[in-house]
Amino acid sequence: MSPLLAIYIVVSVMAVAGGLGTVLARNVVYASLFLLLSLLSVAGIYVLLFSPFLALVQVLIYGGAIIIVVLFALMLTRQGDETGSLDSPQKPLAAVAGLAALGVLIATIVVNKWPPSVDPEPVGFEKLGATLFTQWAVPFEIASVLLLVALIGAIVIARPEDSQ
Amino acid sequence: MSDFGLLGIFVILAVLVPASMLLIPYMLTVAGVKPHRPNSVKNDTYECGMRTVGGSWVRYNFRYYFYALSFLIFSIETVFLYPWAVRFKDLRWFGFWAMLVFVGIITIGLVYEWRKNALEWK
Repeated sequence: MSPLLAIYIVVSVMAVAGGLGTVLARNVVYASLFLLLSLLSVAGIYVLLFSPFLALVQVLIYGGAIIIVVLFALMLTRQGDETGSLDSPQKPLAAVAGLAALGVLIATIVVNKWPPSVDPEPVGFEKLGATLFTQWAVPFEIASVLLLVALIGAIVIARPEDSQ
Repeated sequence: MSDFGLLGIFVILAVLVPASMLLIPYMLTVAGVKPHRPNSVKNDTYECGMRTVGGSWVRYNFRYYFYALSFLIFSIETVFLYPWAVRFKDLRWFGFWAMLVFVGIITIGLVYEWRKNALEWK
């Protein structure tokens, strides 16, 4: 077994364990910390696929900012650990939706013809910078408009009392 | 590839240091080196020597959420600056203007925040 495969197995097991923990934890704060474990493990998979930029984004944006937003939302809205409120009558619907998503993913894996072996081409920061700001300049600028909308939306939703 | 090797060593150290901090005292207790005589004062939550009041699951001020959202958006902006900075010379003026427009559009949001007094803590 090559060392890369060994690292891949460790990281994948951590990602799946984190995902299971997110679903099974009875305390939502612990669930969000399990989510953090899962997201950081996915960053490890990106490193193994030679995509350092994607790994950086995963750690900074998902592992850092998104988890902070999730934890803040929990700390702002919850009082104590209301474990009982996690049980919802919509559980069967959630199971159907989850199984449907699983079915689509399995079908994608089965139907597609995968190449027998892939040589991962490293995509470094320099290569990304060379194409992102020339060939993909327009989508890049559109991303800034999306961020602007998110920023203004955050003000409108979070600070309604100040929008005179 | 050697960079990823360094990253691996860093990850191993990052796991080992906190794990050893927990494991070494536990193993010393098991070995009988460290005495185990807990009392209510020793088991109390340590908060800079102050007496703790209430539980730790308190509700935070709602304003923090807005700052978290702003932080999220500006951290996405920062992530894009990195691949731009390493290719800055090769991208010439086109790259400069592309990033100026990008940062400029997000700055409109910052100005809007400012005008709406959203950055003030009241």
